[in-house]
Amino acid sequence: MDFLTLIQLLDSTVRLATPLLLACLAGLFSERAGIFDIGLEGKMLAAAFFSAAVAALSGSVWIGLLAGISASVALSALHGLASITFRGNQLISGVAINFLAAGLTVLIAQDWFSQGGRTPSLMGGARFEPVTLPFAEALSSVPFLGPVYSELISGHSILVYIAFATVPLTWWILYRTRFGLRLRAVGENPAAVDTAGVSVIGLRYAAVIICGVLCGIAGAYLSTALQAGFVKDMSAGRGFIALAALIFAKWRPWYALWATLLFGLFGALETRPDVIQAVIGIKVQGQLLGALPYIMTVIILAGFVGKAIPPRAGGEPYVKER
Amino acid sequence: MTAPAIELKGISKAFGPVQANKDISIRVMPGTIHGIIGENGAGKSTLMSILYGFYKADKGEIFIAGQKTDIPDSQAAIAAGIGMVFQHFKLVENFTVLENIILGAEDGGLLRPSLAKARKTLVELADEYGLNVDPDALIEDIGVGMQQRVEILKALYRQADILILDEPTGVLTPAEADQLFRILGRLREEGKTIILITHKLREIMEATDTVSVMRRGEMTATVKTSDTSPAELAELMVGRKVLLRVDKKPATPGDIVLDIKGLRVVDDQKVERLKGIDLQVRAGEILGIAGVAGNGQSELLEVLGGYADGTGDVSLNGTPLDLSGRSSDGRSRRRRGIGHVPEDRQREGLIMDFSAWENTAFGYHREPAYQSGALLNNQAIRNDTAEKMARFDVRPPNPALAAKSFSGGNQQKIVLAREIERNPDLLLIGQPTRGVDIGAIEFIHQQIVALRDQGKAILLVSVELEEILALADRVAVMFDGHIMGERLSSETDEKELGLLMAGVGS
Repeated sequence: MDFLTLIQLLDSTVRLATPLLLACLAGLFSERAGIFDIGLEGKMLAAAFFSAAVAALSGSVWIGLLAGISASVALSALHGLASITFRGNQLISGVAINFLAAGLTVLIAQDWFSQGGRTPSLMGGARFEPVTLPFAEALSSVPFLGPVYSELISGHSILVYIAFATVPLTWWILYRTRFGLRLRAVGENPAAVDTAGVSVIGLRYAAVIICGVLCGIAGAYLSTALQAGFVKDMSAGRGFIALAALIFAKWRPWYALWATLLFGLFGALETRPDVIQAVIGIKVQGQLLGALPYIMTVIILAGFVGKAIPPRAGGEPYVKER
Repeated sequence: MTAPAIELKGISKAFGPVQANKDISIRVMPGTIHGIIGENGAGKSTLMSILYGFYKADKGEIFIAGQKTDIPDSQAAIAAGIGMVFQHFKLVENFTVLENIILGAEDGGLLRPSLAKARKTLVELADEYGLNVDPDALIEDIGVGMQQRVEILKALYRQADILILDEPTGVLTPAEADQLFRILGRLREEGKTIILITHKLREIMEATDTVSVMRRGEMTATVKTSDTSPAELAELMVGRKVLLRVDKKPATPGDIVLDIKGLRVVDDQKVERLKGIDLQVRAGEILGIAGVAGNGQSELLEVLGGYADGTGDVSLNGTPLDLSGRSSDGRSRRRRGIGHVPEDRQREGLIMDFSAWENTAFGYHREPAYQSGALLNNQAIRNDTAEKMARFDVRPPNPALAAKSFSGGNQQKIVLAREIERNPDLLLIGQPTRGVDIGAIEFIHQQIVALRDQGKAILLVSVELEEILALADRVAVMFDGHIMGERLSSETDEKELGLLMAGVGS
């Protein structure tokens, strides 16, 4: 495998890891506050559709992004209503959101565009174009670092940079701010937060809304940056892989980055069987690579690679008691 | 004359048809320790929850330092200078002490300055009140006594002048409890007002200046502690005389029923919890196991009850008992004539969401009387349960009611009825009266003694020394997985046992 192939592979790793990373951090905010969210998939899908649809109609990808985020936040609020206000079962609410999104997106797409549940292909300002970082052209001839900078680091859509910047930001919010302290506390022991005079409900809603915003960006990335338009079920299980990554990352932001990059690499390798064959000499089925994130999560959960302890109050509605 | 630190006037609170607090008035002067004593369900915790903003009173007024104050939520209570130390601590286990203390009382959006300030304040508070804690320790790594100090510090950090402690000694060792009362004394000297909620008469007598007694939602009396006696308080609590001592004849021990030699138990974390125990229990006697919780008593009950594995020689009526493998489980133990009233009745003794009759059948559901062909004869179980409930005075005597709907004492009676009525040769009992009110305690003690007088062997584990001394014929003290010593209960006292419990050997 030559250097350029490696760069290409890593480049596609970054592109495939981006939606996973955003969704994973979305889940991290929600689950750290004690709200399990298996509706990441549905929220991404809804955001993918609405951002592509509105971008197609308005011609502006930014308005599309806003629409995608709004759709995802609306579903988050629904999840919040069911699981925080009405203390419903968080898994069931999440499943419902997944079904709702899978059905509604195609239905509305057919109604609006009559293209068999797709949106029209996005062009020009209706799509996130690659951003060329300063000096990328000039430096491309520098050996080694040149291609790394101009091919791997430069040339992604703005959303990719946003996603990667979200990692340190999340870490900072979680571990350096008052909001982060309270958020982590409410996922561990909401009674402690409540008796300290802080609203458990308010904190948990804030967390699911942040989750909605990040899922919205992830979904918009799928349909307006990674691809040019919405197709049925285009989230393709990424929400679930993001959940797997979240467990793999033990609910920590930096680990989430590494986990999603690893899973992104699997995704990139899936499309390049020739590379694997060249490196290890055996032909590996693409499907096996697709299943690897789940297999690794099972291994993690079985406790082979250290213990992954979820937030202690996760999944349980908070009921005030004496 | 100074205004009372807290004054409640005519507080009433009902939950549906249940009147939890009826027209309660109380005055607590600043710089005093005021005890509130009452049975479980007397309304003590409800009253304090109203004071801390968890519930809103239906009627009545609250005055703090002479000012009429509304307390709609915890935030308002904190602002009014009230701090609360709950029975079950409200701490975040994987946070540090410092993080727990600033939670909700941070100084700004960023943590660093808040943490620095709290660290400084903590040192001052530690000096002032003798409340030493390691600010950087994780809560899950420190003991309950230390955790309680963190709760007190939390309140003081929020500048509480009034400190409410709800059953603070329930989880403490005697030494830790003594230390707590020393701290409370210091707080009182500094002018803080303390409300101590407890059902332990001894603590009221030792620590408080004034005491209020609650019974069935009403405040029955408020007296100066120095003007009253434990017997008077007990009478005020239950509304009739109770026997603080158990009325029983001397034991007439017969043959050895349970013979334990060299019993060892290693737990999941590979820690040896029982380090070679030798014990004998004879027919017609009660052997009490005393000790601070966590010194191996639970493991002893579990291995004898058949749900933990152990090694060693244990025999029942001369026949060996398997300590591991397939015939070491609850079912085979019951078949051998061992009844078990587990320590944690809500987790091990009952299924809280199931009805009383279903709970009565558990473990004994294969009894011929309960069968109807291949199916259970539910009607037979219900009838049987109704009879048992009547004999054990379970209130309300309704077999269809879920276990969780009964009070702690009545739940315990359901478990006791299930186990005792099977006529076991050996009865294992863990914490028979934990969270049980005084009226029920008396009844439960009588039942245990009656079983002994029928010539059964009883192994009793309790962390309540008073209970052990009153009930047991012989006492064995456990410390760190060993038996520190055995005494006849008629020839020992709390002091001697206390030393053994602390590991100071004989």
